[in-house]
Amino acid sequence: MSSLQSYLILSSLLFSIGLAGALTRRNAILVLIGIELMLNAANLNFIAFWRYGPNPEALTGIMFTIFSISIAAAEAAVGLSIILAAYRHSRTTNLDQMNSLKG
Amino acid sequence: MTWIVPYLWLVPALPMLAAGISALLGRRSRATAAALAIGSMAISFLLSLGALIHVLTSHGGDRIFTFNFRWFQFGNEWLKLGWVLDPLTAVMLVMVTFVGLLIFLYSIGYMAHDDNFTRFFCFLALFAGAMLGVVIANSLLLLFMCWEIVGLTSYLLIGFWYHKPEAAAAAKKAFIVTRIGDLGFLLGMVWLYAQSGTLLFFDSGVGCLESSSLTHLVAHTTILGLTVSSAIGILIFCGAAGKSGQVPLHVWLPDAMEGPTPVSALIHAATMVAAGVFLIARIYPLMAAGAPLMSAYAGSLSPTIALQVVTWVGAITALFGALIAVAQFDIKRILAYSTISQLGYMMMGLGVGGVAVGMFHLITHAFFKSLLFLGAGSVIHGCAGEQDIRRMGGLHKHMRITFYTYTAGMLALCGFPLFFSGFWSKDDILRSALTWSVSRAPFYMGAFGALLTAFYMTRQVFYVFGGNNRLVATSHDDPALAAHFEDPHHHAAHHLHESPAVMTVPLVILAAFAILLGFIGTPAWPWFQSFLDGTHTTFAFSAFSGLNVLPVMASSSLLVFCGLGLGWALYGHRPIQSTQAPDALGAIQPSIFSFLSHAFYVDDLYRATLIRLNTWLSKLCDWFDRWVWNGAVQTISYFVVGIAHLDNFFDAAVVNSGFDEGCQGVSRGGQILSLLQGGQVQSYMRIIGCALIVLVLYLLWGAKI
Amino acid sequence: MTASFMILAVLTVAGTAATMGLRNAVHCVLALTLGFTGVAMLYLQLGAQFVGFTQILVYIGAVAILAVFAIMMTHNDQPMDLPDSHSAWVAGCIVAVTVFAVLARAIVSSATTPQSQPQPAASVQQIGDALMHRFVLPLEIMGVLLTAALIGAVVIAMDRREEMK
Repeated sequence: MSSLQSYLILSSLLFSIGLAGALTRRNAILVLIGIELMLNAANLNFIAFWRYGPNPEALTGIMFTIFSISIAAAEAAVGLSIILAAYRHSRTTNLDQMNSLKG
Repeated sequence: MTWIVPYLWLVPALPMLAAGISALLGRRSRATAAALAIGSMAISFLLSLGALIHVLTSHGGDRIFTFNFRWFQFGNEWLKLGWVLDPLTAVMLVMVTFVGLLIFLYSIGYMAHDDNFTRFFCFLALFAGAMLGVVIANSLLLLFMCWEIVGLTSYLLIGFWYHKPEAAAAAKKAFIVTRIGDLGFLLGMVWLYAQSGTLLFFDSGVGCLESSSLTHLVAHTTILGLTVSSAIGILIFCGAAGKSGQVPLHVWLPDAMEGPTPVSALIHAATMVAAGVFLIARIYPLMAAGAPLMSAYAGSLSPTIALQVVTWVGAITALFGALIAVAQFDIKRILAYSTISQLGYMMMGLGVGGVAVGMFHLITHAFFKSLLFLGAGSVIHGCAGEQDIRRMGGLHKHMRITFYTYTAGMLALCGFPLFFSGFWSKDDILRSALTWSVSRAPFYMGAFGALLTAFYMTRQVFYVFGGNNRLVATSHDDPALAAHFEDPHHHAAHHLHESPAVMTVPLVILAAFAILLGFIGTPAWPWFQSFLDGTHTTFAFSAFSGLNVLPVMASSSLLVFCGLGLGWALYGHRPIQSTQAPDALGAIQPSIFSFLSHAFYVDDLYRATLIRLNTWLSKLCDWFDRWVWNGAVQTISYFVVGIAHLDNFFDAAVVNSGFDEGCQGVSRGGQILSLLQGGQVQSYMRIIGCALIVLVLYLLWGAKI
Repeated sequence: MTASFMILAVLTVAGTAATMGLRNAVHCVLALTLGFTGVAMLYLQLGAQFVGFTQILVYIGAVAILAVFAIMMTHNDQPMDLPDSHSAWVAGCIVAVTVFAVLARAIVSSATTPQSQPQPAASVQQIGDALMHRFVLPLEIMGVLLTAALIGAVVIAMDRREEMK
């Protein structure tokens, strides 16, 4: 197994862990953290491909990762503020209880 | 004056236009309506005078001027209409417009208290326009159209006070009876068109009254050996008989007295009833075709069957009317039966003597009969609506002008010798009847009728004007009398007075004409007859020694004096004292008097037979309509309603339910599907995860498959 | 598959697993910090120094702190029930495991690249140049985005009750 493949497997493992957390945790904040982990895994993927990919001088991987990190930060901020607002409205962060879209 | 011929259409058109404008005016525009009617009549009168002058000044040559135009085309043929100006037209135009103008003026005074003044003048103007149209028509079709309008206006005017049931019934009766005659007219017209191909009277040689067409019509014969021309003539005479009140279609004329008196004067004395006589005079060439031409006085040649029919009917009518008039008590009914009698004379004159003889009596009769009617209207006005002569009397003191003019008219009607027009015109008729080749019976009937005419007119004058007034004595406390009044606004205790000037001036003018008009037709100077015949005459007293002239003059004068004397003996010698007093003649011969006063029970005969037949037929038609046609329609409607119910059921139960079920299915499916939405975010993400797995699997291995 | 890689990998996996598995939310965030650190080390090992330090600055210095703030403000610092009581946590785990299996299978069965690659150079100056020349538009858009996110977050999370008082 090449080092690229090992990095990729690592990032997919991180992704799966993040996914598992997002699917199973009841706390909304922890779901958000899971999503952050998934983003991190994707960033790792990008850097790995940058390092071991065909054209490293283009800096594409790094650029993408930088932008991804910024966006993830912005998204985390907004998401957490939404959770705060929802908490103020319903006094809980339990996702099971936020089911007013139930059909 | 040749310019007048193309503009002759203005003569009837102006009064019709006045009628049209009056129809749009409101009830308050009285002065406008009257001004329009009188103005248009005055202009028509002037135009008629112009036309007369034109005909007078065109000596020699053809004196028939026509103006024909095409109306519409069907197939290859054109239907043409037109108007004609000949001596007959000219004298008739002048008479109708002049008498009409005087009566219009009279009506201003007579109808002054009526609410429907405007409507009255509108109808009068319409009548005048239509009558003038009949006079100038060159086409039998155009004549028929104006004839029908005349009948319509007669209906409208007889039923002018339509809230009175008697007036409405009388109007209906007039219209229906004249319509029966018009059926014959229509048949004759159609037959004429079929045989001769044209309905124009004069059309440069090809008209139906011109020689080429007449020879064709005479050549063919139909049933009973009648020539086609005579048969058509008899059919057209049916229409004339209806309009001119000949027996047996006379029944509408006495009832037509329900209309206002100016209407009776204009329509049922002077002009409309004369239209029948005028029609026969117009188609006289058709009626006389086949017999050798007749000169003005000779009656020695055998006349056609059509003319014989006309003569007999006229003679019977003359006697009939005079007999009934003897026993009437309504002032206007006496005059109505007198009109029937005189119309009979006119028809007789046409039959035995020709156009000139009949038309002369028509013209003189127009003047003195309208004078008598207007005088009667003046009397009725003065007596505040009273029409029964038993309740009048003594008016010679209170209504002098009316009395003198009425007497002048009465003497003209009787045919008082020498100075009154009726004498000369009636003499013409009697003279022609005396020498009629078929029989002398018409002469004797006419002579007896003259005696009766003098008798009943004397009776009427003594009842109305003589002695003292019987009305004042008995009218105060009798409510039944009040119901009789023509004019409900006036009460019984009305002071007897002469009528206003607007009513008496026309009386005086008409009286003057009643006297003077005779002098244009005396045997010494038969200007009128020669004008119509186209011959030339000079003034010559020697004509008095012509054939039968003096004997007939003497015998008719004798008859008149006998009649006057009898009338004076029975009614004037001892003045009638009270309204309840029996009639002097009725006291002598009660059964005959009662028979005559019921007008030979003709109305009752009609009511018992024809009216019952008509009622039975209408009931039959009603039954048929109710059960057969109505039943068919109802069956169809039930059928349609049944289909509608079926459709409704189908729509509600099947279509609606189907749709409802379908929609509910969709809704339920949606409800079921919505159960998938748990509202849990993480379950959604689970699904996304599964989708991701499937996608990757597909990308990895799906491409290899 | 050097040793440093293995150690860092284990560190990272442990940290993230702890994040997703611990009951106390604050402990989870602390474990997250550990995981982020591990990832930053991996970036450094891959030669993307700038990214690595950016990771530490942004994720650990901002996102994790933000998460702590959020946990504190929503009063979640007391231990909560484990996801045992969450009705479908088994299904979630199964999905996650399946995803990993599929991805791993895909990675393993794909073609490999040559092992020996020279270390690419990615100096800060180069990154800066790229940002200012080639990627200037995304940079500016990013600025706008961050501004909007900042303002939006403040607005959404603002305590309206204080306003109404």
